[in-house]
Amino acid sequence: MATLTFSNISMRFPDGTEALSDVSFGVSRGEFVTIVGPSGCGKSTLLKIAAGLLDATAGSVDVDRNGIGYVFQDATLMPWRTVRRNVELLAELHGVDKDERQRLASEAIDLVGLSGFENHYPKSLSGGMKMRASLARTLTMKPPVFLFDEPFGAVDEITRERLNEETLRLFEAEKFAGLFITHSISEAVFLSTKVYVMSARPGRLVASFDVPFGYPRSPEIRFDPRFAELSGEISHALRGAHS
Amino acid sequence: MSKKARFDVRLVVPPVATGALILGIWYFVSYVILDPKRRFLLRPPHEVWSVGFANGDNFSEMMEGLLATSKTAFWGLLTAILLGFLLAVIMSQAKFVERAIFPYAVVLQAIPILAIVPLIGFWFGYGFMPRVFICVIIALFPIIVNTLFGLLSAEQGLHDLLTLHNTNRVTRLRKLMFPAALPAVFAGLRISAGLSVIGAIVGDFYFGQGEVGIGQLLKRYAARLDGEQLLAAVIVSSGLGVLVFTFFGWLANRVVGKWAGESRGA
Ligand SMILES: Nc1ncnc2c1ncn2[C@@H]1O[C@H](COP(=O)(O)OP(=O)(O)OP(=O)(O)O)[C@@H](O)[C@H]1O
Ligand SMILES: [Mg+2]
Repeated sequence: MATLTFSNISMRFPDGTEALSDVSFGVSRGEFVTIVGPSGCGKSTLLKIAAGLLDATAGSVDVDRNGIGYVFQDATLMPWRTVRRNVELLAELHGVDKDERQRLASEAIDLVGLSGFENHYPKSLSGGMKMRASLARTLTMKPPVFLFDEPFGAVDEITRERLNEETLRLFEAEKFAGLFITHSISEAVFLSTKVYVMSARPGRLVASFDVPFGYPRSPEIRFDPRFAELSGEISHALRGAHS
Repeated sequence: MSKKARFDVRLVVPPVATGALILGIWYFVSYVILDPKRRFLLRPPHEVWSVGFANGDNFSEMMEGLLATSKTAFWGLLTAILLGFLLAVIMSQAKFVERAIFPYAVVLQAIPILAIVPLIGFWFGYGFMPRVFICVIIALFPIIVNTLFGLLSAEQGLHDLLTLHNTNRVTRLRKLMFPAALPAVFAGLRISAGLSVIGAIVGDFYFGQGEVGIGQLLKRYAARLDGEQLLAAVIVSSGLGVLVFTFFGWLANRVVGKWAGESRGA
């Protein structure tokens, strides 16, 4: 049994919008699954259903809701809290005592490379640093399931590649069950064990690709011919999915 | 960075120049436009100073009035803050409560203050409480509106995050909605503080009895055609308005200045 399982999920919003149609797949610990698909096909909706923020109209999700880490498209930091206090938030909500909270926060801040910025407010951070803080916040919970909703869509290419490498290191260290959403095919191939292509709305899984690289992964795989070949295939499938 | 602390000519010269210009126009009107017989309409600045401010008796009379007015405005504002905050929090909890209360807040706001003052005096007399009540009526609306707007301004993603972690209503209010509301709350306070001062003066002016505040003094000086003192009282009461406005601006900056707003070079 996978850690996160979607069985025949369909979603129709009250206004009649059909967002998802019969989506089934699972993600186990140590697996990193990425979904690529046209804009508006229902990817965010799927993650919200997984997290229990939305209820599917049909089908079921099997997952332990207490073990979900959710990284949103925006950093969603509290502007009135410093980086440290933002990172401590989740532990605070779960009643973890102060010493332990600070320890968890320091560890996570170290891990994402934000040491030295603990006392900065979000407004003085760059987009990439905000995303790191957001990532660190999720890390403090050491969630067995990690949902990422296009987390690096808003940062520049170089920062994005670096954040990808850091995400990879986190995955290699924690071996969570990862479900990642992106518009970037190279990001998908670089991170994942498996890539699904979703069709235009209502979203269905129309193609699946196994990534032939193991972990730990080096940034060098980006220059491997198999990387380019797989990216091409996914791109082709994605073009089909748009129509 | 160090620029800020130093005396900056570009910051000081423009307002000083405007002030000088205003004084110049004032003198011009007093001495050139008005002939001596009609000069009582606008006394020159130095006479306003010597009669209104430099004369000990006159000045202390005005200061006592100012104190009485400030006291009324303060209690009115405090009541409006507590009440407005409470109402906004309740409205923020459910859309239907907002729909039930909001129209009446708008009605309250739409009542012309001059129409309600005699009624309040008629009902509740001319003591301290009715005056405070007038201040509350005039100062309440901006607090309700700004607080409610602020409470509802928290990012949806943060709400989702708290939902994800099973956060209850009270914690959500405390950790998300209250802090998110602060910048708007301060904007409302700034407006309401000024309005409360106006309410205190208007109430006092129309009641015309009870503890003597700036309102009664204004009325008295005007009746006596006491141009110098009238102008002095006008200056002092606008001074009070400016003071509370500045105070709340300063307070807002102290409390939310560190984190609010986008980073700007200023
Ligand atoms: N609450 C809602 N009510 C009605 N329609 C909605 C609602 N939320 C989303 N939708 C619609 O459902 C579809 C899927 O939305 P979703 O946000 O899941 O897309 P997405 O794949 O994440 O898109 P993007 O790549 O742009 O983020 C869209 O057409 C969207 O307009
Ligand atoms: Mg989305």
